[in-house]
Amino acid sequence: MTWSEVFELLSVGFQETAWMVGVATLLTAVGGLLVGVLLVLTDRGGLLPAPPVNAVLGLIVNVGRSLPFIILLVAVIPFTRAVVGTSIGTDAAIVPLTIGAIPFFARIVESALREVPADVVAAATAMGATRRQIVGKVLLREALPGLVAGLTITVIALVGYSAMAGVVGGGGLGDLAIRYGYQRFETEVMIATVVALVVLVQVVQMVGDVLARRLTRR
Amino acid sequence: MIEISGLRKTYRSRKRSVVAVDGVDLHVGEGEVFGVLGQSGAGKSTLLRCVNMLERPDAGTVAVGGLELTNLRRERLRVARHGIGMIHQHFALLSSRTVAGNVAFALEVTGAPRAERKARVAELLELVGLSERADAYPAQLSGGQKQRVGIARALAARPKVLLSDEATSALDPETTESILRLLLDLNRRLGLTILLITHEMTVVKRICTSAAVMRDGRFVESGTVAGLLRQPGSELARDLFPLDTSASVATAGGGVTIVDITVSGDEADEPIIADLARRFASDVRILSGSVETLAATRAGRWRLALPGAPEDNSEALEYLRKRGVTL
Ligand SMILES: Nc1ncnc2c1ncn2[C@@H]1O[C@H](COP(=O)(O)OP(=O)(O)O)[C@@H](O)[C@H]1O
Ligand SMILES: [Mg+2]
Repeated sequence: MTWSEVFELLSVGFQETAWMVGVATLLTAVGGLLVGVLLVLTDRGGLLPAPPVNAVLGLIVNVGRSLPFIILLVAVIPFTRAVVGTSIGTDAAIVPLTIGAIPFFARIVESALREVPADVVAAATAMGATRRQIVGKVLLREALPGLVAGLTITVIALVGYSAMAGVVGGGGLGDLAIRYGYQRFETEVMIATVVALVVLVQVVQMVGDVLARRLTRR
Repeated sequence: MIEISGLRKTYRSRKRSVVAVDGVDLHVGEGEVFGVLGQSGAGKSTLLRCVNMLERPDAGTVAVGGLELTNLRRERLRVARHGIGMIHQHFALLSSRTVAGNVAFALEVTGAPRAERKARVAELLELVGLSERADAYPAQLSGGQKQRVGIARALAARPKVLLSDEATSALDPETTESILRLLLDLNRRLGLTILLITHEMTVVKRICTSAAVMRDGRFVESGTVAGLLRQPGSELARDLFPLDTSASVATAGGGVTIVDITVSGDEADEPIIADLARRFASDVRILSGSVETLAATRAGRWRLALPGAPEDNSEALEYLRKRGVTL
């Protein structure tokens, strides 16, 4: 295999990974924030206390967190087909990636929001802020550096999960490494792919760190 | 301005329950500075948090500015809170916002239009002497400056009442003094009614017109500072104004009468002891004592030794009583 062929493979793999991880990150950010905020709000001492809702939500999140990704990938195939129209391909892989990452990010969101001191929330309540204002302007805003750091971790976890997307024909860099390096012993392709993944993760981490640091005013 | 009666609050958990406030009645008049003094765990914070319903009382009523808060619906309560400012021991500022942003937040929650906010923020920062630091973040400020931001924020919606939860307890003595001076100034200039809780005697001494001593969820003493000073056996008076009671005197022949006297108000500035000496016992001695300026009044406490047995001094004691002195 020539270097230009390797490059071609890498470039396609990179695009597939970027697409899967990019879209899954956006969906995870929205879903994880929603679930994380709900976990905090419905807690016993929260702004909208609802212990039963909190318990059920917590259970669902824990189930999502404990399933090995490869099992989730297969288990959601019917759901994927209903949403995307097909259960194979890059787009189809986005569904299990998102479902796998939401519980992960939701717990990170939850713990980041809990870091906001109780007296800051009490102060906002005492000032006569609405619950919406407290969530938006106090909890989420104060936790923003932690949320950005948490999303960075989530993106990197998604890059890792996406290596298994090959199972449903999702492609991507991870799949390339498995197919060429592990199954066909094309060592150059495998090494090139692994290097590309390391660079990708490194860049994501650096961008995340810089953003989080800029947002921190402590 | 603040009317509390029969207030009770119990914290319950699976294992145990703690009665934090156990039947408190409190009246704070308009323009008054009322201090609740007590040790840690006495229930002071809980009491204060019941005034703006951060904690829901189990029993009793709380009215601020004539509005009963205990049975208000959520939205009405939220609006009522705009009229009750609060400052906190650890300042509770938004770390992600600048000084100006923190003050603006208090205006945002009242729904003030953006155009008004800017001018009002500038005015408030001027009021607390922080105009130069408008663009700084809380992390860049000293404790005293942070509390000034807290005060500016608490006053943003022009409340009539300010609640203070140990506002100076995290500050050093000098900074404490400057914050107390600011509070006293706001009380006088804006007619702001202040209810504060503290474990520091100096705070009561410095700015309170009335005070209560809280222990195990109850008020064990309560009244105007001047009144409490005159009240024999008042714990607050004793702590506010410690008198060295070990001071004694060798009994000369004929015995000695030891009296502790307290004067407050205008009497404190009159030459009572000199008058006493002139009229009765030329050998009156001061064993210990001092005169101090309190927020509302001046007061003096002395331990005197009069020559002769108590029976021999009945006239002198009667004279002191007539002059409005508490023995
Ligand atoms: N949220 C809470 N849950 C359970 N117990 C509490 C809570 N807040 C305060 N207490 C208890 O109530 C009592 C009074 O506390 P607090 O009002 O904070 O007193 P103070 O402000 O005088 O130190 C203490 O015994 C404290 O442990
Ligand atoms: Mg306290």
